[in-house]
Amino acid sequence: MSGNHSREQRELQSVMRFHHRKKVTITFFLLAGAMVFLLGRLAHFMIFCSAHYAEAAKELHERERSIKAARGRILDRNGAVLADNRTVCTVSVIYSQVKDREEVIRVLCEELGLSEEYVRKRVEKRSSMERIKSNLDKSIGDRIRELDLPGVKVDEDYKRYYPYERLASKVLGFTGSDNQGILGLEVKYEEYLKGTDGRILTVTDAKGIEVEREGERRIEPLAGKDLVTSLDVNLQSYATQLAEQALLTKEARSVSIIVMNVNDGELICMVNAPEFDLNAPYELDEASLEALQGTPFATSEDCEAEAKNGKTTQDLLNAKWRNGCINDTYEPGSIFKIVTAAAGLEEGVVTKESSFYCPGYVTVDDRRIRCHKTTGHGSQDFTHAIMNSCNPAFVTLGLRIGAERYYHYFEQFGLKKKTGVDLPGEAGTIMHRLEDIGNVELATVSFGQSFQVTPLQMLVTAASIANGGTRVTPHFGVGVVDPRTGEETRFSYLVQEGIVSSETSETMRYLLEKVVSEGGGKNGAVEGWRIGGKTATSQTLPRGTGQYISSFLAFAPAEDPEVIAIALIDRPKGAYYGGQIAAPILRQLYENMLPYLGIMSYTSQEGELP
Amino acid sequence: MATENIEKTKGKTEHHTDVSLWFALLFLLGFGLVMIYSASSYTAFADYNDQMYYLKRQAIAVGLGLIAMLVVERIPYHFWERFSVFGVIASAVLICLVRTPLGVESHGARRWIRTGIPGFNLQPAEVAKLAVILFLAVMVCKIGSGIKTWKGLIVTMVPPGILFLMIWKVTNNMSSALIVMAIAAVMVFVASPDYKKFVLIAILVIAGAIGLVMLIKYTDVLGSFRATRIRVWLNPESDPDDKGFQTLQALYAIGSGGVKGKGLGQSMQKLSFLPESQNDMIFSIICEELGLLGAAAIMLMFTILIWRMMIIANNASDLFGGMLVTGVIAHIAVQAILNVAVVTNTIPNTGISLPFISYGGSSVIFLLVEIGLVLSVARGIEYRN
Repeated sequence: MSGNHSREQRELQSVMRFHHRKKVTITFFLLAGAMVFLLGRLAHFMIFCSAHYAEAAKELHERERSIKAARGRILDRNGAVLADNRTVCTVSVIYSQVKDREEVIRVLCEELGLSEEYVRKRVEKRSSMERIKSNLDKSIGDRIRELDLPGVKVDEDYKRYYPYERLASKVLGFTGSDNQGILGLEVKYEEYLKGTDGRILTVTDAKGIEVEREGERRIEPLAGKDLVTSLDVNLQSYATQLAEQALLTKEARSVSIIVMNVNDGELICMVNAPEFDLNAPYELDEASLEALQGTPFATSEDCEAEAKNGKTTQDLLNAKWRNGCINDTYEPGSIFKIVTAAAGLEEGVVTKESSFYCPGYVTVDDRRIRCHKTTGHGSQDFTHAIMNSCNPAFVTLGLRIGAERYYHYFEQFGLKKKTGVDLPGEAGTIMHRLEDIGNVELATVSFGQSFQVTPLQMLVTAASIANGGTRVTPHFGVGVVDPRTGEETRFSYLVQEGIVSSETSETMRYLLEKVVSEGGGKNGAVEGWRIGGKTATSQTLPRGTGQYISSFLAFAPAEDPEVIAIALIDRPKGAYYGGQIAAPILRQLYENMLPYLGIMSYTSQEGELP
Repeated sequence: MATENIEKTKGKTEHHTDVSLWFALLFLLGFGLVMIYSASSYTAFADYNDQMYYLKRQAIAVGLGLIAMLVVERIPYHFWERFSVFGVIASAVLICLVRTPLGVESHGARRWIRTGIPGFNLQPAEVAKLAVILFLAVMVCKIGSGIKTWKGLIVTMVPPGILFLMIWKVTNNMSSALIVMAIAAVMVFVASPDYKKFVLIAILVIAGAIGLVMLIKYTDVLGSFRATRIRVWLNPESDPDDKGFQTLQALYAIGSGGVKGKGLGQSMQKLSFLPESQNDMIFSIICEELGLLGAAAIMLMFTILIWRMMIIANNASDLFGGMLVTGVIAHIAVQAILNVAVVTNTIPNTGISLPFISYGGSSVIFLLVEIGLVLSVARGIEYRN
């Protein structure tokens, strides 16, 4: 021991002084204070933020696997499946279960044809489950599953599939990546079709291994309901064939055909050629690019300008998906003489026998309106005036009814309201205001010009005049069927009676049968059946382009109508009179459709008579 | 309280057992073993096919530690004076050994050295903490009133400062380095009769820390790893998959515990969601399973422990004993506080274990040796009128 050992000893044995004790105590309180502060912080997390963090933790622990509900099918009136589901696969990666990350990235890039950057980002993301790709073909999914890579999951899923491809494409519509309806009936009946997805909730540890004690919660999916439509696959196919044929031979922009049950508004066919492949709705082929230089029945100048300036892909797609029968309006032309005639009969200002004189034109105020027969129809009764589709006679009749009364009938017939068809995007009627209707306007309206309606509107209005005065709501949806229970729910639609009197309706049926049997609609006559109808050759707007929309509207049987149809050819090349080119389409359709629907022919009825 | 009753009959040494201290200590140790089993059994089974893997090893360490504690308790604490300088030098050597082939790497950091006993590796930082306590206790007594001057202050802080830098830089363990510094700071604070200097230093340190955080938060001057750590601390949800992962998982565990907790053994986060759940993050598992009440109980036990040690320090028969106990108080309290602060994201995430409870052999053995010193000091308390 050294010399200053004793001094050291003394110092080391010096006592705790007062200031030492005081500082130890201060230290204790400072440390205890820190403890209290931290306890407060804990209380903050465990009381006030508890719900937030507990929820976040639960989300982390519960692996939720959704079980996709099968979307309801779309059926035709006889049960043929128009829209079905096909099994596809979704590939996901569970971060904590992946053993060889590089291998997984390599395989997924290869099999799925995705960029490495894309796959790497998802595989390396520290989430409980990361989706890599969905809507995969089942064969690819099966191949990946067979590789049995740890952490790579392949789930099966449904994808919409349309067995008839192009058939009624603009009516049915299609679904998007999440199986939600995008167009047509798929959108309109989304709530019935979509069903409710089920879920499997399992509590897992961070490696994704299920924790036994927590069990599994399973919520079964509820399949969507099947939609039963009034479409008839066979008739729709045939009508499509006719329309596409006309489209080709007449080099028209589009051809549309609608067939409706006159009495309940069920739409049996709705064709808008060119149709598109519902299984590849986003594809734009050369033909459609060419065919879609404008919108069918489009009339505004903007559309023309747009067509010239070149459209974006989305515009082209929208044009391709457009249902001209209900989304676009046109001037109905001479078919509208049905409305003028019915209004005249209702108003009592004309009878079948009323006499009209046509010199080939009619002067209204300072305007001279020509008849299509420039030499004039001469003296004729009203029956012949409608058979001849004589413009001066109908101008005279319109002026006789007067603007106010004419407008009244226009509204009474339901022309100002939408038809209420169960498809999205129905266009409304474009009509003068009553106070703007002078003689000239009234004259042009009388033979179907200077205002616009949709083809379906024209058809429904004609139907209500022909069927005894009942305006029906046109529709495709008949009802829905629950696929599990078979329980059926039928939809009901608004029906408005007394649009015209039964006498007027009867007279109109007589007059329109005459049009087909002896008048301008001769080409629409079907041997053995009595057909009522009216032709039209409307100018496309803007006028002066020398282009037309040829159309023919016909119902059968003429004396007690069951079906009504309209065919429209937009901008045909060559012959363009409705009676020449549109009437034969419906004639062919009726020749096959009437026996198919079991509608008795005139001649067989005769034969059965004693 | 209890000290008031300590009696010393002339000639005979009769020592009083501090019931509160023993209770708090054994509670923490027992509770720690239960929680290590609860927090680790799942991952232990998954990784080692033995649910008790961590528990067994920790139990052996606790046993060894208790034996060491009882031995140290019975050795008069003045015996250790002569090792004060040696302790510091030995710590420095051990720290350097980490960089030799004797060093052991674990969890991506090289902080341990082989001891030759299978399964037990020594963390030199734990030795350094004890060495600093011993060294400063001796030093404070030696320089006496010299501690009042700036010079005395600086001279005293040099050896701990060197160890601080070595632990930080050589073993890349900033949290242990900070604890060494905190122990030294508390001991010097207690030794010195002065306040102004310490308030000034505290203000400078706090202002510097705030300035640094602000600098990182609003500018891009420091683009380094630690800057990211600060950013994640300010908003752990900004990087939930990587840097903020552990913090966020800890908060999930704490938050989902609520007031009463999910019940012992019912933690979900320990199912390998929360890394180091039996180690630095064990407190969050306690919160999840036993709720705010369980967490408060643990913090109460630590407070009782340091309160009893404060009583012992204040009644120590000499300054050396008092300073030893002060050092131990500083060590245990600072480490416990920092651990809870990390778990609650009160300070940036850094690896600090919870004394007596977290898994870790060297930590618990050295802590119990320190408690042995405290008990030895308690034995030496003389009853004074």
